[in-house]
Amino acid sequence: MAAFVLRRLVQAALVMAAVGLIAFALFRFVGDPVVFMLGQDATPAERAAMSAQLGLDQPFHVQYGRFVARAVQGDFGLSLRQLRPVSTLFAERLPATLELSLAAALFAVAVGIPMGVYTALKPRSWLSQAFLVVSLIGVSLPTFLIGILLILVFAVQLGWLPSFGRGDVVMLGGWSTGLLTVSGLKALILPSITLGLFQMTLIMRLTRSEMLEVLRADHIRFARARGLPDRLVHFRHALRNTLVPVITVAGLQLGSIVAFAIITETVFQWPGMGLLFIQSVMFADVPVMGAYLCLIALLFVIINLVVDLLYYAVDPRLRLDGAAAH
Amino acid sequence: MIRAVSLRHLGAWAIACAVGLAAFQAEARTFRFANQGDALSVDPHMHNEAVLLSLTGNVYEALTGRGRKFEITPELATDWKQTAPTVWRFNLRKNVKFHDGSPFTADDVIFSFERAKGEGSDVRVYVAAIREIRKVDANAIDIVTTEPFTILPQTVSRWYIMSKKWCEKNGAMRPVDVRKGTENYASTRASGTGPFKLESRQPGVKTVFVPNPEWWGKAEHNITEAIFTPIANDATRVAALISGEMDMVDPVPLQDVPRIRSNPDLQVKQSPEMRTIFLGMDQKRDELLFSNVKGKNPFKDKRVRQAVYQAIDIEAIRTRIMRGVSTPAGIMVAPSVEGFVPELNKRLPFDAEGARRLLSEAGYPSGFEVGMNCPNDRYVNDGEICQAVASMLAKVGIKVNLVAEPKTQFFPKVLSRNVSFYLAGWTPASQDAHNALFALMSTPGEGAQGQFNGGAYSNPKVDDLTRRIGAENDPAKRTNMIAEAFRIHQDDIGHIPLHQQPITWGLRKSVEMVQIPDNFQYLRWVTVK
Repeated sequence: MAAFVLRRLVQAALVMAAVGLIAFALFRFVGDPVVFMLGQDATPAERAAMSAQLGLDQPFHVQYGRFVARAVQGDFGLSLRQLRPVSTLFAERLPATLELSLAAALFAVAVGIPMGVYTALKPRSWLSQAFLVVSLIGVSLPTFLIGILLILVFAVQLGWLPSFGRGDVVMLGGWSTGLLTVSGLKALILPSITLGLFQMTLIMRLTRSEMLEVLRADHIRFARARGLPDRLVHFRHALRNTLVPVITVAGLQLGSIVAFAIITETVFQWPGMGLLFIQSVMFADVPVMGAYLCLIALLFVIINLVVDLLYYAVDPRLRLDGAAAH
Repeated sequence: MIRAVSLRHLGAWAIACAVGLAAFQAEARTFRFANQGDALSVDPHMHNEAVLLSLTGNVYEALTGRGRKFEITPELATDWKQTAPTVWRFNLRKNVKFHDGSPFTADDVIFSFERAKGEGSDVRVYVAAIREIRKVDANAIDIVTTEPFTILPQTVSRWYIMSKKWCEKNGAMRPVDVRKGTENYASTRASGTGPFKLESRQPGVKTVFVPNPEWWGKAEHNITEAIFTPIANDATRVAALISGEMDMVDPVPLQDVPRIRSNPDLQVKQSPEMRTIFLGMDQKRDELLFSNVKGKNPFKDKRVRQAVYQAIDIEAIRTRIMRGVSTPAGIMVAPSVEGFVPELNKRLPFDAEGARRLLSEAGYPSGFEVGMNCPNDRYVNDGEICQAVASMLAKVGIKVNLVAEPKTQFFPKVLSRNVSFYLAGWTPASQDAHNALFALMSTPGEGAQGQFNGGAYSNPKVDDLTRRIGAENDPAKRTNMIAEAFRIHQDDIGHIPLHQQPITWGLRKSVEMVQIPDNFQYLRWVTVK
């Protein structure tokens, strides 16, 4: 077990190092932030001096090496755009992104699974057909368009929900939460639907196909033969077996929800990490971009590690492999 | 007896209080406004950037300010005069307090000068002409310039005065120190002398201003609170205005203007900006970096530059791309810039036939190919303008290979002059024509001279005039020299000016707000019905 985890952790570190290296190789193409840091009337000498001070004139592997050396000590440097520590910026922005992502994931699971179950149980009803059409829209429409359509309907036409921002937030220690105020909760609705819609359709379709599969299985037939009521057959015997793969996929999708929050946050001016990242790209703010990409890589790595550990716990064959190697 | 009277008084006082409070609450007016970006800081010396200076201009003040008609007005200085060619006496306003309670004196001006001039400051341009500031007494200073400098009152209007005491107390002596990697206290907090106080700030999310009841001036606004929110996405920003969540948004994309105009509750306010958009051509290299013409540089021939100029249908750009609201330009500065020359502001006529003829005469009867660089996230519809220019030039035989790219990639190329043909824009930071002559039209030389002259246009006469304008003390002579320099540049077709883009605000009909050419959004003139 320990060897397995250790091996996984070493792999995870390698993945993050690789992500950072690729990111820094690409940063050469995002342009030069110094022009915007110093303003239009600075002299070429002042620009060159600033570039040298920040180490931007160094080849990318040197910049990357310095980034890693500082990052392992927990220092991500100063944002070139705001001239504030990257760690402070992330601390300000992370709660917004996590709350949004969790709300979106919750929405995807809470709506996707019941819809999937319903479409599996009543495949011919008109409501099932409607759900399938909706899910097709969710898969095919780009996120920013869904967001703008929702704003148009619920903010501009109906005036029910705010079109941007997080509403009023409450500080709980260092964590700013919008979950405790009415305006904060209202502001959460449209962005989390926008962000979660794709995952919701994914979960719904997965639940549906798994459920259809399970309903054909022998143990369901025997359950029916035993004369158990439909409700018991469907929810105790069929759904439980359906949920194992669904939960795995939903868990893995959490990482991509956080990563894809970039677009939703831009549309709704949601003050999270994604918006910060987009603004940083437009300014070529290398320290923020580097730290963000590594953080997202870390998130994926952790989620995968957790999933691997769960498999390890569930699947005895993995343990046997390990034993055989010794 | 005495007790009864005092009780009755107390009752009356309580009622008065309640009535006053009710009246106050009825008049509570919050003004909510949005811009596409946030100020990167609220330290007024950290970035020389419009949003930052505009927002902090509500909290901080300079010696001189700008009025509703963009005229120079007294602010922290009550009056000023030139006592010698290089010396200006400024009398400072008395009994002014910073928001933290410290009094405003000559020492604060001197401190702010050192701070704005020093390391980490990005507003050095506003104090560049100043050699030193001498304290006459607590309420008067002498500003000594390195050369005679007639436009000092204009240039100092964006150099905001900070409290020496406050900066010392909070360790905000410098705008920022990138090497130390530490945050500056003043980048999220502020203490100025202005009509509004910074109540709270969450960078990138929300900035709240409240009126300063102790402000020295008479309030011309009627708001009790102002909330600023950046909204980057155009569609969301416009939606927030239409849904009533915003009272004012800037900018409104040109294609959304009719939609806002058609809404009975909303209005659009437009006027020409100070920035001039222009085309530049490499006139220095013997062979263009990006062209199929080898061994010579077609842009060195004035006839080719004129052909490019006359091939451009500025009316088509104005009506199709700028939706009828750009102001075509004949010279490199806008009418709102000090030193603008109205009689030169005429363009060469659009003449595709003439352009083809000029190209033939210059030895390019079948045209040539040239690479064009263009930003696509900097100016209003910049990418579209370049596409239009490319298709117009194609009609006279010049094939343009367009590279439209983000500003972070575009500007380093212009600054290093690794471009053959490009589109850019310029707002003279000093709001004076000399800045454009110096940075855009002078031969690239020492320091910042000609550094945004991406095509290295060079005429010794323009250089000489620019030098002399910088040291001329007689306003009439100065104006004449500026006109002369612009005339020479225009004759040479050193650049091709295109237009001034519009400032486009969307507002509720119930809001009144003053628009000035540098697009500063002063809360002091906002009234909400």
